[in-house]
Amino acid sequence: MLSSCADPKAIEGLSWLFCYLTSGKHIDFYWSFLTVLLLLAITAPAALGFGFVGATAARSPFLPARMLGKTYIAMVRGVPDIIYFLFFVIALDQAIEYLKFLAVCPAGSPLPWQGLEFRVCPEAKVPLSTSSAGWHKAYGFLLAAVTFAIVFGAFAANVLYGAMQAVPRAQLETAEAYGMSHKQVFRRILVPQMWSYALPGLSNLWMILIKATPLLFLLGVKDIVYYARELGGSKTQAYEFPHGDWRLYYFLGLLVFYLCMTRVSEILLGKLAGRLSRGQATAAGEAMRKAAA
Amino acid sequence: MSMTCWETIQAYGLRSIGIGENLLPKTDFTLCQQFTLIGSGLIWNVYFGVLSLAFGFFLANALALAKSARSPWLRKPAEWFIFVFRGSPLFIQFFLAYEALVMLPRAGIEIFGITIATSWTTKAWAGALFVMFLNTAAYSAEIFYGALRSIPKGDLEAADAYGISGWQKFRRIQWPTMLRLGWPGYTNEAIFLFHATTLVFFSSFPAFSQRGDALYYANFFADKTFNPFIPYPIVGFYFICITLIVTMVFGAVNRRLNRHLPQNLKSRIRLRPQLVR
Repeated sequence: MLSSCADPKAIEGLSWLFCYLTSGKHIDFYWSFLTVLLLLAITAPAALGFGFVGATAARSPFLPARMLGKTYIAMVRGVPDIIYFLFFVIALDQAIEYLKFLAVCPAGSPLPWQGLEFRVCPEAKVPLSTSSAGWHKAYGFLLAAVTFAIVFGAFAANVLYGAMQAVPRAQLETAEAYGMSHKQVFRRILVPQMWSYALPGLSNLWMILIKATPLLFLLGVKDIVYYARELGGSKTQAYEFPHGDWRLYYFLGLLVFYLCMTRVSEILLGKLAGRLSRGQATAAGEAMRKAAA
Repeated sequence: MSMTCWETIQAYGLRSIGIGENLLPKTDFTLCQQFTLIGSGLIWNVYFGVLSLAFGFFLANALALAKSARSPWLRKPAEWFIFVFRGSPLFIQFFLAYEALVMLPRAGIEIFGITIATSWTTKAWAGALFVMFLNTAAYSAEIFYGALRSIPKGDLEAADAYGISGWQKFRRIQWPTMLRLGWPGYTNEAIFLFHATTLVFFSSFPAFSQRGDALYYANFFADKTFNPFIPYPIVGFYFICITLIVTMVFGAVNRRLNRHLPQNLKSRIRLRPQLVR
């Protein structure tokens, strides 16, 4: 904190606003925007990976793998995703503690599910009750990130499965005619070609992922929604910076943040779509070929 | 005190709208109680979904037409409205609307000597419904706008050739074709709108005397029993039923919209993920 801000009640006007916006809690608030970006940075590739595995499994000639893949894809249809968010966060937490319970708790300890409680021996707690607050925060965040990756992975699997089906059959047959094995066709033709078909769906998914990030708040992570509520709530004279109920303005700020994210993504994805359409046997690719000729 | 399942249904079946037993169960949390209370909460999901879809349909048509209008005075506002509601999370929209509605003067607004009460707007049944109405209107407008733009050129030229123009052309050619082309997308919108209704009581709108929606009660049971494996699958089951019903109703409309086309050309409705808003 700056020295001129030492006594906020004595200053007024713009300098008050400046001191207010640079207070310690506000700095935390600005960092929490990074939490959102970090979640996106972790979740997007993870979900894509989950989706790729899911889609590949759904196409597998091996029946159990195919059924597993198709179940994973079907999982997110028909049921609101927020239910999965709430469910997985508890279920994953309990699963992890249960596994640790099997490993470290002394033999003969009672099962964790007792009546209306879930309790493991102190050594099996994740994170341990003795670990620092930082660990607790990191664990909560990681749990949320894995949950996001699982749910969005199912959506990505749906998109990628459709894209793999959309690659023209003739291209795959040509590759086979050249004597490529199944694996080679998959690696050299199917995967490189499918992105052009997958991009519209994946773009849509990315937009949805951005708009899903405020749900972190529901999962108990101190994200931007949490801070907007905390900082915006009216503060009495007991606080350093007393003010009325300003939550409306904080939420307006969040709205603008999300609108900017959406707009920037739209522009970038539009450019990417152009790149991927080049030379493809699609309407967009054909239009580019004609424009160039 | 243990109740039979039928007694539980009588006591809690309409709990979410304030009819029947007021005290929530404290001890057993039987399967029957969970099914009944979560099902009772579903009344709210259906309420929000059906009403916002019904009202939103009309606004969506108007917005789609405005967005495809030539005059920038009509087009720009429509474009911005659609961008704001589609570009930001519904969750934030709920928060924002609630905070804005709370700021309205408590005593009511006086217009021409008549006092209009404002406190009801902060209740979920009104405030959240209003936000969902605007939100679904924006999403549906984008779908209808896309459909409007993909009406085959030949259809419009044929209308011109027959001397059909203006309102007649819109009523008899453009609008039905727009609906027909946009309907599969609109079906998805309806399904995911129902899913989005679960956000109402998880955003700012408080559930007065614990009268919430299906997810609210499921969360209540998961918190009380530390067992997420029963209540959440129950909500999931209820929502699969809702999804099936929506698909059936919208499928029937789709068949009617396409009744003049040859069988093999009829568009099938495919579910596309659009989950969180």
